[in-house]
Amino acid sequence: MAAGNFEKYKSDGSLAGNALEWVDARFPATSLWKGHLSEYYAPKNFNFWYFFGSLALLVLVIQIVTGIFLVMHYKPDAALNANGVPVAFASVEYIMRDVPGGWLIRYMHSTGASAFFIVVYLHMFRGLLYGSYRKPRELTWLFGVAIFLCLMGEAFFGYLLPWGQMSYWGAQVIVNLFSAIPVIGGDLSLIIRGDFVVGDATLNRFFSFHVIAFPLVLIGLVAAHVLALHETGSNNPDGVEIKANKDEHGIPRDGIPFHPYYTVKDIVGVVVFLMVFSAVMFWAPEGGGYFLETPNFYPADPLKTPPHIAPVWYFTPFYSILRAMVWNFFGLDAKFWGVVAMGASVVIFAGLPWLDRSPVKSIRYRGPITKAMYTIFVICFFILGYLGTLSPSPMGELVSQVCTVFYFGFFLGMPWWSRMDKFKPVPDRVTMK
Amino acid sequence: MKKFLIALLFAPIMAFASTGNVHVDKWPGSVSDKAALQNGAKLFVNYCLNCHGASYMRYKNLMDLGLTEQQVRENLMFTSDKIGGLMAVAARSDEQKQWFGATPPDLTIVARARGEAGNAAAGADWLYTYLRSFYRDANRPTGWNNVVFENVGMPHILYGLQGQQVLNHETHKLELAVPGSMAPAEFDKAVSDLVGFMVWMGEPQQEFRRTLGWFVLAFLAVLFVVAYALKKEYWKDIH
Repeated sequence: MAAGNFEKYKSDGSLAGNALEWVDARFPATSLWKGHLSEYYAPKNFNFWYFFGSLALLVLVIQIVTGIFLVMHYKPDAALNANGVPVAFASVEYIMRDVPGGWLIRYMHSTGASAFFIVVYLHMFRGLLYGSYRKPRELTWLFGVAIFLCLMGEAFFGYLLPWGQMSYWGAQVIVNLFSAIPVIGGDLSLIIRGDFVVGDATLNRFFSFHVIAFPLVLIGLVAAHVLALHETGSNNPDGVEIKANKDEHGIPRDGIPFHPYYTVKDIVGVVVFLMVFSAVMFWAPEGGGYFLETPNFYPADPLKTPPHIAPVWYFTPFYSILRAMVWNFFGLDAKFWGVVAMGASVVIFAGLPWLDRSPVKSIRYRGPITKAMYTIFVICFFILGYLGTLSPSPMGELVSQVCTVFYFGFFLGMPWWSRMDKFKPVPDRVTMK
Repeated sequence: MKKFLIALLFAPIMAFASTGNVHVDKWPGSVSDKAALQNGAKLFVNYCLNCHGASYMRYKNLMDLGLTEQQVRENLMFTSDKIGGLMAVAARSDEQKQWFGATPPDLTIVARARGEAGNAAAGADWLYTYLRSFYRDANRPTGWNNVVFENVGMPHILYGLQGQQVLNHETHKLELAVPGSMAPAEFDKAVSDLVGFMVWMGEPQQEFRRTLGWFVLAFLAVLFVVAYALKKEYWKDIH
């Protein structure tokens, strides 16, 4: 549909019409509009879970726009000012206090970071629920996983910029992880830091990555994600291919034009999202100490290690998996295996289109095994996330190891358990329940 | 002396030690009480600002507490004559490090920094308890120790107001040995005001932020009704 050739616009003789005809002869305005919006047919049975794609796009725009304004006053400088405070840290407080409306922009950006991950996690879970990654949408899913990886990098680099204690020591811990890689590790972490300790060089390169490199890649990947989706068409809560049943005009009988139907519907989703977002931003911008971690209100001090260094909540499930690895295998340090496990726990999502062997896509037509596995997976994810916010403890270590085993078991056992279930017959047409 | 040096070595780390198992009293104040904030500001510039800076805060922002520029200049500005200037500390940090073992931290956002994961507002409770928990300790170089912040480098600045407490090592409770110029309830109120000022100073526009939130939510509620009606209208033929 997206790649379809639409007839060029013919002017009705008016000035605006002539202008559009002129443009359309030189630029695929009509093709883009029709192919991606007014004649892009989406299944008519999208439910609650289908709001999070457009919301992720909204948050991306919020982050970019607020980011542009923050950069106007933020200074990536680790040197101390006349009052003995790092310039970067002081510039954030300057934004919060002296820049008109600066506090609002900054809270939008900090709340937006957490909102981005909430929305993206829900968006990914939707894919799991309805088998959205299954053939023919594997590439859409892979672009999505790449977006997720990129987003994690973006968040990590951005977190250093306020140059608070948690920024500093969090970066120190994560960059040090790379030194666990055999042979190249030491040099690699040195290259990432640009110095032997996290310092001004690190701050400036992370700033560069955060405001230029990663946003550029992110936008490119988002475009690829949407283009790939519009090539295959969207999946839906029934997991039925709507293109298998078209009318005489070649339009799917269960499809409705994205615009205006889903644009007006997504506006409702956007408003509800903004209500939740605003409630946090105006009434609890620290997110209970999880969105803005309280130790980060102390400026970075290389001589004071905080007793407990915790990553921001959206990284904690993966951080727990890292900490769960406490054994030295094959003469390699446990830290290295922790890094491997953490990396694998993220990248393994890319394997889903091939790991899932269920004959049906949607959870609606899958049986108790699938539902039980999904439930335990989500519980494990939450437990890992919670444990990642706490200081290490023997009990926590054991629980996180059990959860890590299940986490990987969920994916690696999927080719078997996804086939074993009892399945219900899938209808030919989508249902509107 | 050796013990003192070791204590100094660990003082910075101690500064980040959480409250642990020490009982913390709830801060009874509110940031919307302007009179209390003004009193807190007075206490802050008289007692705290000599050693601690509030270097992200400008004197002119004190006018938001309902004061005129004249009032701020005459009552609250001792270290600067620029109303737009930052509330920086007069003492030099390297000298202070020699005196106290650690540079006294900047207090502009200390109430926020003292919060905890799961309870970002806990900083006020900690400060309220900390400032009332000093006791006489002959083993400390300053002659003071603190129940909430063990072996803290800071002496009891408010002792003239509170008097001198001693720690009863049997009950582990603080007892007032020498009364100060204020009665205990009066002193608690003064500390509450001081903490209130620090909470306010951590984010001077916080009351405005909360108020603005109601207007934004009200606007979004109206927008929701319109957006929902629009969606219903467009979707009425989709079954």
